[in-house]
Amino acid sequence: MIAQRLGLGLLTLFVVTLIIFLGVEALPGNAAEAILGQSATPETVAALERQMGLDLPPHERYVKWLGGIFKGDFGVSIANSREISDLIGVRFANTIFLAVMAAVIAVPLALILGILAALYRNSYYDRSVNIVTLSSISFPEFFVAYILILFLAVTLGWFPSLANIGPETPFWERVYRCILPALTLTLVVVAHMMRMTRAAIINLLASPYIEMANLKGMSRSHVILRHALPNAWAPIVNVIVINLAYLIVGVVVVEVVFVYPGLGQLIVDSVRTRDIPVVQACSLIFAATYVLLNLTADILSIVTNPRLLHPR
Amino acid sequence: MTDSNSSIGQSVDAVPPPRRTETKLSIAWRELKKAPLSAKFGLLVIISYIFVAFFAPVLTPFGESEVVGPEYDVWSGEHPLGTDNLGRDMLTRLFYGARNTVGIAFITTCLCFLVGGVGGILAAAIGGWFDQISSRLVDILMAIPQLIFALLLLTIFGTAIPTLIIIIAILDSTRVFRLARAVSLNVVVMDYIEAAKLRGEGMGWITIQEVLPNIMPPLIAEFGLRFCFVFLTISALSFLGLGIQPPTADWGSMVRDNATLITYGDVTPLLPAGAIALLTVGVNFVVDWFLHKTSGLQDEH
Repeated sequence: MIAQRLGLGLLTLFVVTLIIFLGVEALPGNAAEAILGQSATPETVAALERQMGLDLPPHERYVKWLGGIFKGDFGVSIANSREISDLIGVRFANTIFLAVMAAVIAVPLALILGILAALYRNSYYDRSVNIVTLSSISFPEFFVAYILILFLAVTLGWFPSLANIGPETPFWERVYRCILPALTLTLVVVAHMMRMTRAAIINLLASPYIEMANLKGMSRSHVILRHALPNAWAPIVNVIVINLAYLIVGVVVVEVVFVYPGLGQLIVDSVRTRDIPVVQACSLIFAATYVLLNLTADILSIVTNPRLLHPR
Repeated sequence: MTDSNSSIGQSVDAVPPPRRTETKLSIAWRELKKAPLSAKFGLLVIISYIFVAFFAPVLTPFGESEVVGPEYDVWSGEHPLGTDNLGRDMLTRLFYGARNTVGIAFITTCLCFLVGGVGGILAAAIGGWFDQISSRLVDILMAIPQLIFALLLLTIFGTAIPTLIIIIAILDSTRVFRLARAVSLNVVVMDYIEAAKLRGEGMGWITIQEVLPNIMPPLIAEFGLRFCFVFLTISALSFLGLGIQPPTADWGSMVRDNATLITYGDVTPLLPAGAIALLTVGVNFVVDWFLHKTSGLQDEH
């Protein structure tokens, strides 16, 4: 079961690399012409093509490109001729830092809110949390981000409105500067996680063993925390991992709003300058992270569910 | 559950059962009057957006991209919301934005439903290899995060508006495909589909005349939700400077162009973003009511 899912995940990853590679192949012209621009003569283009390996047939180039990625070599940027792996390294770490920070705030918050909503369901608390989370799903990310900037950065002046961090920024200073972007991401993902937590617990409350616990005269919080929650973990963990996958992608807009030096900012800048190798590399990293996290979610839900682990 | 049951019971008592003489319009009107406050609010929002979109040139004294004053002018009688980063009237552009942003999102959603809906129904109706191939294709498209995929495709094909519409429509049609296929699978096993096939009806006739009417309610609700997603995606891309290009007035890029004002405590740049949020909330309210309504009606039968 798990091996099957792993194989499927690897196959997906392979197809994703193929799509990203073939998509760029579909372009008229090639990278060599793009680098040399208007002043290119056929001879210089041919020379650069040979240097970049563009004269090889597509399947050999694909194997070469994929092999290079496994060695950490993504090729060279068209815009500034720098090694893409140099551009990406620090930025990827920054993006992961922001996503992890948002997750550290969002996951416990969503769990607590969800459990409370299940505990006091159909109360005013439950309904108001519902309305707030529903509207936070409907809001564009940049709207949430700018509202936070307006109130917490401009009016109150508690946090900086730009999250400009460098490699030598100390850890706590980093955390302080990243609070607003992390908070924005939190608001975006918390709604879904919280609703699923609530739904998972309420689903279980109809089971006979919960009724038994109620009839024994246990307190409501005890029933939910000790009896319902352990069995609700599987779907909750699944939703959390799926939302982490969303976080990795959701950073793009947030990074641009806060001018945060991450991978999202890089991919947007590169799309604007049509720097195709960089876009290719970034989308591959984003897509691979997304596929791997979704794979983790599926495997976790198999592992935590004995009925799926031993199929009859 | 008991709550909704009792409300249905009451409404049946209070309103006489619909007679044959009633037109569809009057039934709709009666349902509308019974709608909850949130749905009425949502409808009001949607109608006013459509109104503004159609009558934008009449409602505004200035042209869409006409420079009428100094840059970043404050709110005044002449320019109720001030001017933007190039000295264009903010209110005028906000009105034209309703036309451009909402219009483009609407066209994209329609295209997305045409591709995904027809594909999904055909996959269910034909089955076999066609179903296998199209379903695996959709699985692959959904394995890549949508925004990243859109960015990659926009780099390759450029950021012209038709390209934007086609890319977003195709990427989003995967979700419609799955839903349409899932709901049609329940319908295509019915006897009347078998009868139509035996009568010798073509696949097109079966799709449109037999399957489509029976899967309409979930598809309409999905249309509302899908519109919200498409609308938010296009706004996000425009905000990133990769969607609808200037000088076309568009809410996403208006936020981006005027964002500096926020650091001075000015709320003007938040207005286009708020306009986006208000419409998505409104559509969500109406979809919520519609879903409740269609499932409730099935209970009554």
